[in-house]
Amino acid sequence: MTDNFKTYLLFAAVFLLIVITGFIQSWNSALFILNMGLISAVMSLGVNLQWGIAGLLNVGIMGFVGLGGLATVLISMQPVPEAWNAGGPRILAGLLFGVLTITLSVWVYKKIKNARWRFISILIFLVCSFFVYKSILTPGVVAVEAVNPAATGYLGGLGLPVLLAWPVGGLMAAGAAWIIGKTALGLRSDYLAIATLGISEIIIAILRNEDWMTRGVKNVAGIPRPVPYEIDLQASENFVNRAASFGLDPTTASTLFVKIAYAGLFGLVLLLLVWLSQRALNSPWGRMMRAIRDNETAAQAMGKDIKSRHLQIFILGSAVCGIAGAMMTTLDAQLTPGAYQPLRFTFLIWVMVIVGGSGSNLGSILGGFLVWFLWVQVEPIGYWLVDLITAPMDPQSPVRLHLLDSVAQMRLLTMGLFLLLMLRFYPRGMIPEK
Amino acid sequence: MEFLHAVIVLSNFVIIPAITYGSQLALGALGVTLVYGILRFSNFAHGDTMAFGTMVAILFTWWFQSIGVSIAPLPTALLALPIAIVLTALLLLGTDRVVLRFYRKQKSAPVILLIVSLGIMFVYNGLVRFIIGVGDQRFSDGSRFIISARDFKKLTGLDEGLAIKTTQVITVITAVMVVALLFWFLNRTRTGKSMRAFSDNEDLALLSGINPERVVLYTWLIVAALATIAGTLYGLDKSFKPFVYFQLLLPIFAAAIVGGLGNPLGAIAGGFLIAFSEVFITYAWKKVLTYTLPEQFAPSGLMQLLATEYKFAVSFAILLVVLLFKPTGLFKGKSL
Repeated sequence: MTDNFKTYLLFAAVFLLIVITGFIQSWNSALFILNMGLISAVMSLGVNLQWGIAGLLNVGIMGFVGLGGLATVLISMQPVPEAWNAGGPRILAGLLFGVLTITLSVWVYKKIKNARWRFISILIFLVCSFFVYKSILTPGVVAVEAVNPAATGYLGGLGLPVLLAWPVGGLMAAGAAWIIGKTALGLRSDYLAIATLGISEIIIAILRNEDWMTRGVKNVAGIPRPVPYEIDLQASENFVNRAASFGLDPTTASTLFVKIAYAGLFGLVLLLLVWLSQRALNSPWGRMMRAIRDNETAAQAMGKDIKSRHLQIFILGSAVCGIAGAMMTTLDAQLTPGAYQPLRFTFLIWVMVIVGGSGSNLGSILGGFLVWFLWVQVEPIGYWLVDLITAPMDPQSPVRLHLLDSVAQMRLLTMGLFLLLMLRFYPRGMIPEK
Repeated sequence: MEFLHAVIVLSNFVIIPAITYGSQLALGALGVTLVYGILRFSNFAHGDTMAFGTMVAILFTWWFQSIGVSIAPLPTALLALPIAIVLTALLLLGTDRVVLRFYRKQKSAPVILLIVSLGIMFVYNGLVRFIIGVGDQRFSDGSRFIISARDFKKLTGLDEGLAIKTTQVITVITAVMVVALLFWFLNRTRTGKSMRAFSDNEDLALLSGINPERVVLYTWLIVAALATIAGTLYGLDKSFKPFVYFQLLLPIFAAAIVGGLGNPLGAIAGGFLIAFSEVFITYAWKKVLTYTLPEQFAPSGLMQLLATEYKFAVSFAILLVVLLFKPTGLFKGKSL
């Protein structure tokens, strides 16, 4: 009972922090923290599945989040017919050829038994097909990117409702996780860490450089929304009257309404995922997972297939991160591949999981909200603090100016210290696993 | 003649840069592999340790430049290097004392230490960005070239130039010296031998009266030196940017794993393997092929296998292949 009480209290405290932000700064920024907090909570829930329940170390969260973002573009943007005519089929043919090549080389690998011949034949085959692949793909890419590069220059998406992108983002992340899991699971835990770090850098490199798909650093803006636009709300008589009855002017009311609508959607997803993970955690499957985490040898002796169980949960956790990535890109209404930074999208999520309490779903949600709140608020607090400390100095002194300039970097330092202190003194987190 | 031209172009754009980059990676991977072998965890803070060491070197370089101290034609940064090593060692020893020792005493699992190193990474990263900022810093001074492309052409009368940058020569010479010193230390001195014994079998080493804290102390001293030297050389050769140093973590780890984690010789081999593959695959081969192939086969495209932006994909692909087929690395490494 006391444990439950503490949980409520902690959640209430974080909620209070957000409400205070609403009163002191503005409701807009409070809702921004709430929305990103919801998304962060989904991400840390996914990581908690992998780390907390199965003990798998995934430091490639950024990549899975990026794939979710890519899914949003591919599903919801309108297709660009000129680009499709210019080089669409060619690109598809190239990609198909690539998939065929890999399938074929796996087949050859299984077919040839002699190790040396196998290696040589596959190497020659792969190198030759790579050139064929490039010669099919490149003209298509050049043609597509030449179509009105300032506005499009990419193939566009399928023009489907954006909400569909959320599950698709999850599926895409699951696919990438399957590839990584197949190779790196079953080896030492650090190898999985390095492999996931690598795949995330590659996924982000693809998002940044394959302009025909994502417009690269030119960004895809204007992704359709699942909620109404502010302009439409302001034009609606009914909405304006309703806002007036609350004593709000239409502009503020519409921005708040949109944010609240997003929060509702994200909240639904979070609730669904929490419900599912709690059910899974308390099911025989969850007990088996924890048994594997706590003692692999014993679990193996009981006849559990550890590698495929690990693969399963790794894919599930990554899929959750993919869903969160799609949600985030939907909220931003644009895909900005340049903005994906590992410190923000991988390691910050780790701080959330550890601070909240690894192995506890509620803990990782709390961690998601709290750490995100700190991440946003450390900068203004730090600025105020530095301003206060250096106040006696000459206002033009270079030391003071430099310190005020670099306040933005304080958040990294704070997060690191926060993580280290939690690990040292509360290694089980704020809401420990039961 | 054509063939000679091809060789010169190849050395200028592929072989010399790859040797330089390989030496830098090898030094970085040696640091990672030592921590792994002796302290038994994957140190994710290594990239940022390199960044910290380089930052100190840069700050002192600036100070030396401002008071007019220089060792021209060599870059001033070499003069600042020893100070940077000392300060980085102090930072690492401080971190060890305040943070890591607790977990060592508890005999925490390696994966916990890995997560702790993520926290350390955040702190170092914040520290570096806080002090020097996120921007690009160039701090190489002294003479730029041992031999410039134009001099080379004049000297030999060939059409293609071969430029050798001072920083490249310094990198290779320093790396060779550091590696020789390290291997001498590990194989010949008493402390080095106790470090190897500790890495091979901790319990047996403790039974033979080896003081673990002393081994840890020396490990951090060596790691500080390796990281600072690797970082400063990389910065001299290219430029210093905190984020780039963080990203170096991937090729460095790939090098250490490919060579076999915990195996110093493997780390060096891995560093060169990764560097050569990266440069080979991202180089545009057009010029070399034009010289070597008969005229009718001369390529029209750039003949670049992968765009430079995908260089991480190369280290990653090698890593995957090694993980799939030889998980302990090319040289026998530890598997914990």
